Amino acid sequence: MSFLTIAKASKSYGATTVVRDFDLAVGKGEFISFLGPSGCGKTTVLRMIAGFETPSAGHISIDSRDVTLTAPNRRRIGMVFQAYALFPNMTVAENVAFGLKVAGADRATIEARVKDMLALIHLEHLAERYPYQMSGGQQQRVALARALAPKPQVLLLDEPLSALDAKIRVSLREEIRAIQKQLGITTVFVTHDQEEALSISDRIVVMNGGRADQIGTPFEIYNRPATRFVASFVGTLNLIDVTVADPAAGTVKIGEQIVTLKEVLAASSGETVTLALRPESGSILDGARGDTALTGEVVSSNFLGSVVRTRMRVGESLISFDMFNSPGFAPPALGERVTLRFSAADLLVLRD
Amino acid sequence: MKISRIVSLVIVLIAASYFLVPLYATFQFSLQMLRGQWSFQAYRSVFADPNFLSTLSYSAVTSLVAILISTLIVVPTTYWVRLKMPRVKPVVEFITLLPLIIPPIVIVFGYLRLYGSDSLLPLTVSSAGTNLMLVIGYATLSLPYVFRSVDNGMQTLDIRTLTEAAESLGANRSTIIFRVILPNLRAAIVSGAFLTFSISFGEFVFASLLNRPAFGPYLVQIGQDRAYEPAALAVLSFALTWACMVLMQIFANAKPGASRRRRGAAFNPLARRKTA
Repeated sequence: MSFLTIAKASKSYGATTVVRDFDLAVGKGEFISFLGPSGCGKTTVLRMIAGFETPSAGHISIDSRDVTLTAPNRRRIGMVFQAYALFPNMTVAENVAFGLKVAGADRATIEARVKDMLALIHLEHLAERYPYQMSGGQQQRVALARALAPKPQVLLLDEPLSALDAKIRVSLREEIRAIQKQLGITTVFVTHDQEEALSISDRIVVMNGGRADQIGTPFEIYNRPATRFVASFVGTLNLIDVTVADPAAGTVKIGEQIVTLKEVLAASSGETVTLALRPESGSILDGARGDTALTGEVVSSNFLGSVVRTRMRVGESLISFDMFNSPGFAPPALGERVTLRFSAADLLVLRD
Repeated sequence: MKISRIVSLVIVLIAASYFLVPLYATFQFSLQMLRGQWSFQAYRSVFADPNFLSTLSYSAVTSLVAILISTLIVVPTTYWVRLKMPRVKPVVEFITLLPLIIPPIVIVFGYLRLYGSDSLLPLTVSSAGTNLMLVIGYATLSLPYVFRSVDNGMQTLDIRTLTEAAESLGANRSTIIFRVILPNLRAAIVSGAFLTFSISFGEFVFASLLNRPAFGPYLVQIGQDRAYEPAALAVLSFALTWACMVLMQIFANAKPGASRRRRGAAFNPLARRKTA
């Protein structure tokens, strides 16, 4: 039984449709990320859940209650914004207490709850600071505490980490995930950063052009991308155009080399299809495992510290692969012929 | 010192003298009422005139009412336009600029035609009605300044996100305006208010044509009748305007918590617990 349901939601501004036929069922306590490039409609869906935008069509319900037309202040949602949006005229404690005061909670309840929330984000000592006296990371933690204080049904996070520097971003996202697990609150997180989405979500919705291209666990999204867009947006990927040799047997030609896939192809013989291969799925070391091999000429080899990134040419295609650095392994030289071994199961046939 | 620096210094000195010399001359002249000695006699004479205090307080009260009216009109309008109708903002901006384009005399004659004794709403027939017209006129004159300072205040505030944050926390419109938006616009409203005050305090055209006992017409009257007192009055009104500007600066730069630590602490549930 899903807790937050979005059914066939669409949103148009005049002739422009930014979200179309969006369906999603979020379980109670689940952490869902909307991932996609800017303009893909992810923030619009979030704002429809919050009530700041009304869907042009479709329904949204929270805990079996239809909230499609409910005002934002009656939805019991907590929201964290990219720009923090703390009230500048109030101290940290007053900011956190705001939702409780509005709800008419008594003084003792407010005091206790504010104290708990500040302890949760480890900022008890800054209770009397004003927002302008704090760093971005601290402000965003206060914004999180403020959103959680009135015990919302759903927590919405609109690119909360985008304005922060890289180091804070990583530590705060871990903190957000830990707090979310501790409270068991249903959470929707919007981001354009795939690493962020992969690292903290139970499930990811990859959005493209106002639609959900794929909904799945980070593992599924990364390893089994459903569309070419998902494959190219999440992680780096080699896209290899191949010619179908025998669709029933699943054989294709890359240059002059034949590769047998693990699936039957829907295309006919002689047609071109696109295969995807993750850079980390192969190795050129002697004794590397894999039922499939491709031989090619090295065109570049970059030593990046922990990783050696090599590109080789096979027929018309350039294939890039990453291998962990090891003192016993010298990066291949330019022009050297190498054989990349990998499992045929790692080759994905992409549909558009 | 380089030549260019000397040239710029000379330019600054010339520009400054353009303002400072007349001011100093006026001040010096105002001290010469008694022959052969420096004295504040002109100032004493000004303060001794009962009309001085009555016109001064009349203008102060009308200016304050004008501030109230323009704030009550401008703040909700600007808030609503920024939040819900950003497309009509150029129109609102243009309307608020009109008082700078249309001369006050045209505005006041328009008012007299519209609200004269033979009109549907004859405001000029009673003293209270005419006072009302005066403060409405002042509110009109102050529109460009109040709108700009409030609009700038809202610009730096990101009122849309603040409004949404407050809404998601369960607040309704009036709570948002009175607990979130207004407190954060304090500096902008105060600076708009001081500008309004300095404009309407010595205003002449409206007050004179509506025949109100205001400070502006009093200044002009004294200027025609006396020699030294007008200079003293000019220095006094300059000091008053300048004081307004200083106050505006102080309020505009004040950060929350700096000047109202105690009040902030009184609203803070944790602070209360600690002091109890």
